This record gives sequence, structure tokens and C-alpha cells, in this order.
Amino acid sequence: MASLDTRVGGPVTRRSSAPPASAVTSSGSQRPVSPRGQKRLSFSHNRIGWIFVAPLVIILSLFTVLPAVIALAMSFTDIGAADLRDPFAVNFTAFDTFIQVLTDQTFLRALFNTTLFVVISVPLTVGIAFVLALILNNGIRRLKSFFRAAIYLPVITNIVAAAVIWQYAFTVTGPVNAGLETLSIHGPNWLGDPVWAVPTVAALGIWRNIGTCMIFFLAGLQGIPEEVEEAASMDGAGYWGRVLHMTIPLLRPTTLLVMILMTVSFLNIFDEPYLVTHGGPLGSTQSLALWVYEQFGYGNIAPSMAGSFILLALVGIIAAVQFRVLRPKH
Amino acid sequence: MYALLVVVVLMLMLPFAWVLFGSFKSQGEFMANPGAWLPESFAFVQNYVVLFTEKGFGPFLVNSLIVSAAAVAGNLVFSSMAGYALAKLKFRGSKIIFIAVVGAMTVPYVAIFVPQFLVIVQMGLVDTLTAIILPVLIMPIAVFIMRQFALGVPDELLEAARIEGAGEFRIFFRIFLPLVGPALATVGILTFMYSWNYFLWPLIVAQSSSVYTLPVGLAVASQTANTTAFGVLLAGAMVVLLPVLIVFLFLQRYFIQGVATTGLK
Repeated sequence: MASLDTRVGGPVTRRSSAPPASAVTSSGSQRPVSPRGQKRLSFSHNRIGWIFVAPLVIILSLFTVLPAVIALAMSFTDIGAADLRDPFAVNFTAFDTFIQVLTDQTFLRALFNTTLFVVISVPLTVGIAFVLALILNNGIRRLKSFFRAAIYLPVITNIVAAAVIWQYAFTVTGPVNAGLETLSIHGPNWLGDPVWAVPTVAALGIWRNIGTCMIFFLAGLQGIPEEVEEAASMDGAGYWGRVLHMTIPLLRPTTLLVMILMTVSFLNIFDEPYLVTHGGPLGSTQSLALWVYEQFGYGNIAPSMAGSFILLALVGIIAAVQFRVLRPKH
Repeated sequence: MYALLVVVVLMLMLPFAWVLFGSFKSQGEFMANPGAWLPESFAFVQNYVVLFTEKGFGPFLVNSLIVSAAAVAGNLVFSSMAGYALAKLKFRGSKIIFIAVVGAMTVPYVAIFVPQFLVIVQMGLVDTLTAIILPVLIMPIAVFIMRQFALGVPDELLEAARIEGAGEFRIFFRIFLPLVGPALATVGILTFMYSWNYFLWPLIVAQSSSVYTLPVGLAVASQTANTTAFGVLLAGAMVVLLPVLIVFLFLQRYFIQGVATTGLK
């Protein structure tokens, strides 16, 4: 190895002189290499690199980048369903469509609903997940993985199946109300009452997301060195005192991640309201994403696209704000 | 404290109890005693029978299997190639591509599903399984996971092979892949679950029921059915849930670890 090094001249040159044989073939044929040929240029890495990522680039460009660009372009026009035959014949309307959307009653209602979803769901999801992670972290080793799996189960549950279960469980005469009856509580019309539909749909979102948050908190908790914990308990602080003043501040990066993830998730909420209540009753559960979808259904393509970019901007802004506020102070 | 844990977990598990019990109830039971939890008999499998005979869930199951198999295979091969290249091969544009991958993970789906559909129309692939498979053939999250793991592989191993004259493909298959087994397991499970549960895009693309996957079939059935006839729907929900449940129960360790490590990075 040593003689090879001196001939090649050190690690830097060595790295940039990837197998000369493949410089010629560029697809990794296994021709033996003569030591002298190792001073070739590094363009072989370029070619092989691109071959490796070619499938990714194709799929990504076709199905993500291109559609995103098209969507953006569409939102600056007044394109409608009828125009799809001849898309380039539409008018360029600059920001008119955006303004039209921002002053639309149904859009504003969807904005209100989505805000409601986020405000209800994010604190509950994150809070419950945090408490569960705490308990699990101090819990019995053997049962820990059982509970962890059980709590994570809702995350991998198919949303359509979950929505069907929700529709069944929360009908006026379904199991939920039946269970409440045994406690002498007369349950409301969860799915049919505009007031109760929102928490019911939110509950589905919360149920499905607690697991993810808990996993992150568990990982974060495991990152806290034991010496820190011991030091705190020797200080005589009570358990909850410790949690409040030591654990929570130490978990700041994890909390930041979880909060942003959940906020973005619930801002984009679509599956739950679509499948459980279809945006009803009376538009009370129509989220912004659902609004975008329905607008497209009505043939209002340009407003739909504009709305989706407004949503994107909203998500970006809120995520950025959260990042600022919750950023770990080092 | 453990009492609280048990209570919360029980509450989280309730929906599974409901669907399990409900799928064995006959229509008569629903009408007569809608609030009851337990079915009269667990031997009542009519709902499942109806699913496959009348509701056509057989083909849906096959379609779902095809889509998921293709997605898992595609990601195991192509996403790992891409992740490896982005982490270990220095080439022009790799930075931009990685940014695009991360960006793709954050873009809300609602913004692009419409133009995505237009692209598929232009390609003449509407109402085909191919159209359902293509967008998930390579998932950004899979590429991300593979890249993270690839970063952990020591460069010396790869360099040594290069000096010996091995081509990049050989290095990839013979040296790199065996080293990242856990990552591949995570990617495989993640991809399987995501592609199996995938519902919105297949719903949009499929025009005829021959191309429906299980979630789409269930969604269509639940949107059109008389919603007091829950037995069959709940049986459908069970069929959709079970495969993922089983895979998860056996392989949860890899899956949960994968989620935790990528999230924190």
C-alpha cells in the first residue's frame, strides 16, 4: 500500500483518480488496472454518478418538479377546465387569481377550519406523545416495545380503513355513543353536527400522529446523558420539577422538529376530512387542501392552483416562524 | 403512571377493536343493536365473502400486491443507487439533486396532483397500474434514508475496491449493499407501507375498477354505500389493514429505528 501511495501522491490525488478502466467504459467493467493509469481525471465519477441517479432524476423531474412548475404557471393565469384542450391560449392574469382566491368566502372558511384543526390537534398530539414518551422511557423494559408498537400502530393504519372505522364508530347510534351511554352521557351527533364534526375529524388526525411524535421524543429522551439525570435527582428536585426544568429544555431540538412536522401535517390535512365527512357538514370540516381539491373538481383550475401555492406559502411562513421561536439557543 | 399509560393505549386500540368486532356483524345486528360492541358470532364471515364475490376485492388485492411489489423493488434498487451516489460519488449537480429530493418531501401533495395528472394524460397512461406505480417507484424519503446510511459507510472500503480495479457497479452491489442491510430493511418496509396505503393518487388516476387498488376500492365502496351497511365495509377495512399490520409486527424494530434516526438527522 505504501508504494502505491507515493506513486499516486497522497489521498487527494488518489480520490480524484477513480478506476481508470471505468473512465473508458463508464459502467464499471472489471478490467484490471495498471498502477500507472491512476493519474486519470475524475470525470469518470461524473458519468457514473449521473447513471446512478438517472432513475431518480427522471422520476423526480416528471412527477414532482415539472408538475410544481406547471402548477405555479397555471396560478398566474385564468385557466379553467375547458381550457385544458388548448392550455396556451389562456390569459395571463398575474396576481388577479391570487386576489380572487384570497377574497373568496369559501376559501376563507377553509382557512378558518384549517386553523381550527391545527390549534386543536397540534398541542394535543405533541402533548400526549410527550407524556407517553416520558412514561415509556422510565417504564419496564420488557413491555416497553409492546407499548411502543401499540402506540405506533395507528400511524401505519391505512387512512381509508381508519376513516371507515371512524364513520362507523361515531354514528349517532354507534359504539362511541353506546359506550358513553353506559356512563349516562348522551353523546352528540359527532359526524352530523357542524360543531362536533371538527373535533371528531381532528381526533382521527391526532390518533394517527401520536405514534410518530412519541418515537421522536423517545429518541430525544434517550439522548439525554444519564449523568445529567442523576445530577438533577441528587439536587433534590421532585420528578415533575425535574421534567419541567431539565428535561423539557433539553428536548428543545426534538420539540422543534415535532412541532414543525405536526403543524405542517395538519395545515395540509386532506385525507381525514375528505374521507370522513367530505368537508361537511355545511363546510365545517373543509380544510384548505380539500378546498384546492374541490375547486379543481369544479373546473376552477387557476384558483385551485393559486390556493395551493397560498397554502404552500402559509406552511413555509409558519414553519419558519416556529423555527425562529423554538430554535435551540446555543 | 403506568395506569395512565395503559388507559391511553387502550383508548388508542379501541378503533381496532371496533373494526375487528364490527366486521363479523350481520346487517341485522347493526339494525337491531347498533351500539353493541361484540358481534353475536365470530363465525359470521359473510361480510368477507361478500367482499370478494360481490364487491370485487379480489382484483383490488392483486393490484395492490403488484403496486407494492413494484414500489418496494424499485426503491430497493433505484433509491439505494441514488442515495449511494449522492453520498459517496462526487459529481456535478449532486448538491442540487439532493436539495430537490428534500424539497420534494416538503411540497404539499395537493399542489402537484393536478399537473401530475396532466402529465400522465400526456403520457397516455391514464387508468393504468403503471401510472399508479411510477410516482412511487422512487420515493424521496427512501433516497434520503439511503443517503444518510451511506454517509456512514467508511470511504476506505470503497476506495480500496476502486484501487483494485472494481467498477462502480460492482462496488455498489458487492460491497456497499451488504453493509447497509438495516437501511434496506427500513426502506423496504417504509415503501411497502406507503405504497399499500396509497389512496389519493390511485383514486385520481383510476377510471375503471379494474385498476383499483384496495384503498381505492374501499374508498369508493364507502362513499357510495348506504352507510348503515357497515359490516362489509369494516371487513374491507380489515383486509386493507392486515398485511401492513403483520409486516409491522414482525419488523417494527427496523421501521421505528429508521423513522427515529432519519428524523433526528
